[in-house]
Amino acid sequence: MADLETFRAEVRQWLGETCPPNCQGKGSVLPDMVWGGRRQTWGHPDAKLWFDRLVEKGYTVPTWPKDYGGAGLSPAENKVLQEEMARIGTRSMLFNFGIAMLAPALMEFATEEQKRLHLTRIARGEIRWCQGYSEPGAGSDLASLRTRAVRDGDDYVVNGQKIWTSDANVSDWIFCLVRTDPAAPKHLGISFLLIDMESPGISTSPIELISGSSPFCQTFFDNVRVPVSQRVHTENRGWDVAKALLLHERTMLADGGRGSAGGSARRSLLQVARETMAAPEGRLPDAATRDELVQWEMDRVCYEATLKRTMDAAKAGKGMGPEGSMFKLYLSEMGQRGADLRQRMAGHEALVWTGDDCPDEERQITREWLYGKASTILGGTSEIQLNIISKRVLGLPGD
Amino acid sequence: MSLILNEEQVQLQDSAKAFVADNWAVGELRKLRKDTGKGYPEALWRKAAELGWLAIPFPEEYGGLGLGFAELGVVLEELGRGLVVLPIVSSVVLGGGALRLGGTDAQKQTWLPKVCDGSAVLTLACQETSRHDPYAVRSTATPAGDGYVLKGRKVLVPDGHAADAVVVVARTSGAAGDRSGLTLFIVEPATPGVKVHRNLLLDSRVAANIDLQDVRVGADAVVGKVDQGADVLDQVLAEAAAALSADMLGGIQQTFDITLEYLKVREQFGAKIGSFQGLKHRAARWFCEKELSKSIVLQTLRALDDKADNALQLASVCKARLSDTARLSGKEGIQMHGGIGVTDEHDIGLYMKRGRVSEMLFGDAAFHRNRFAELRGY
Repeated sequence: MADLETFRAEVRQWLGETCPPNCQGKGSVLPDMVWGGRRQTWGHPDAKLWFDRLVEKGYTVPTWPKDYGGAGLSPAENKVLQEEMARIGTRSMLFNFGIAMLAPALMEFATEEQKRLHLTRIARGEIRWCQGYSEPGAGSDLASLRTRAVRDGDDYVVNGQKIWTSDANVSDWIFCLVRTDPAAPKHLGISFLLIDMESPGISTSPIELISGSSPFCQTFFDNVRVPVSQRVHTENRGWDVAKALLLHERTMLADGGRGSAGGSARRSLLQVARETMAAPEGRLPDAATRDELVQWEMDRVCYEATLKRTMDAAKAGKGMGPEGSMFKLYLSEMGQRGADLRQRMAGHEALVWTGDDCPDEERQITREWLYGKASTILGGTSEIQLNIISKRVLGLPGD
Repeated sequence: MSLILNEEQVQLQDSAKAFVADNWAVGELRKLRKDTGKGYPEALWRKAAELGWLAIPFPEEYGGLGLGFAELGVVLEELGRGLVVLPIVSSVVLGGGALRLGGTDAQKQTWLPKVCDGSAVLTLACQETSRHDPYAVRSTATPAGDGYVLKGRKVLVPDGHAADAVVVVARTSGAAGDRSGLTLFIVEPATPGVKVHRNLLLDSRVAANIDLQDVRVGADAVVGKVDQGADVLDQVLAEAAAALSADMLGGIQQTFDITLEYLKVREQFGAKIGSFQGLKHRAARWFCEKELSKSIVLQTLRALDDKADNALQLASVCKARLSDTARLSGKEGIQMHGGIGVTDEHDIGLYMKRGRVSEMLFGDAAFHRNRFAELRGY
């Protein structure tokens, strides 16, 4: 513990010396999140300065090994770091699919050379990654994907189409599942490729959703040449990587989604209820809606308790396994229900799509409700999560 | 606050598991249907006392172990898993709890050491209406001489037939439904005017209806403050809701385990029925509900021990959740078993029965959802 206190003193001193005052506390110039990559912009030069200093210390990914751009901190040291940063109201900001999804898979499956190259770039926020998994004909049945990669000398030549590639139009690289052996059983003919989005033959087009514009894109591959050195893991064993990565994706969706469960809108559900029922205090007059609100609040308490229990178990050495599916399932459904309740409670103003007499917040409520419909589909539908729970957690036989 | 068991709690859990395995079979419940005595196995009660379980939440000065609900919950969960019938919630949490929270030193000295060593059984007589509604008390306590006269009727008093003393909630002022005006009294059933009616419940546990016909008690029978009994009552009922939830959690987990096993062995249409998506998706959802239930039980027990500000709210979240999950478990447990599930020969029905009684005790989900909203101010 003495070591930890020494570490805390060091961190505190370093923060005091290096963190610009306008990158601390309320009204700081820091962006909510830094997605990184070639298109990253900075509202204020000091935000960039602070980010660069974090990168130099490896504090964008504090627990990663130093060789891969991290700081090699233990979980306990990282906790101290986070506490000290929270104390002065600053953050490390960097968050993207590279960190949350690709990196854990690379740590497990990539060659040393690939790790040094790609993990370091992720840690430094240089590359923004997107995910090339789903295809128009391969949704829940992901392993039936048909994008082809044919070996030609030291390259693969990739042809096909990916869908739901979030932020593909603003990303630098894509991690992609491709079919390298069409004759093999479907899970055994897939390889995992890392592809530069600037490669000739790649194009993207955005997808409009029921909620309006969205981060989702389609990505097309037309004779795209990809060096064989950019394949992760053995040829035709890409499904192993894919599965590990999906587990991390579900964990990310379960863990990172607190905002969506709580609703990112400014007012709490209770506040919306009070305003729309014209009941500033006391018992809510609409008993049925009141009961729905209670149910939602209670579910959230139980969900948070379950998340905490899992984290406490993780601290005691038990990592999250397939039960991540439970969190993904529950959080997405709870978020969806909250958004649905909010939309119904908001009433007529939330029915307006656009107009000159409609508050922005109400329009936001409608879009969240609509966008929330995607949450029980993306990252594996609720039905797929139920399949995973019944097979991997409960051990029920396949059908 | 950590939501996983510490080393001592794991040992306690092992010891409770061994206790159930060595001393009890679920089938004992069927024998209890014919019992006309205490309604629980007295030898087992003595063993539970020897293990110190009845002393868990009491201060050492009254013979207790000075532990908390987190520990008591570990024991109750295992007893609930085995459907063991013992008046622990009645004596330790309800009656004993009321004295621990509101009793005078003399009352505590008289009763708590006996609660801790099992030589006395206490309980709480609160309910008067069809469904749990703790302030809907019409029974009256009228000052008379240097004491009171109690008049009224109590229903669904857990283990009321076996109790050596009953903490009775009566009204000293106000009207039925008022939170204020309630007073708690400790009453021995031998007192003239007390009439105890023994009812065997549908799950082989016993509760009593108690008539109070001009029952004279002294001023020293008052537990807590006159007219302000709800302060103690709210806390006792929250603790009872959480403790009973731990028992329910055990039952839910066992129901789930038994049913999951059945899904893996029962064959129809040439396949294990657990391979059918119509069943396995329901099993997966049930699993999620069970896990959420477990988390909220662990959190609530610890919040009570920590005297957290939101402990009463959590107790309502907990009992509402466990009531819902118990109902789901009863329904799915039987439905997934098919025909065998509705026979008395199979244990699954016993679990559903216990779940239903526990669901209704100390407030069902509807009660606690309303209470949660009230506590949250809406």
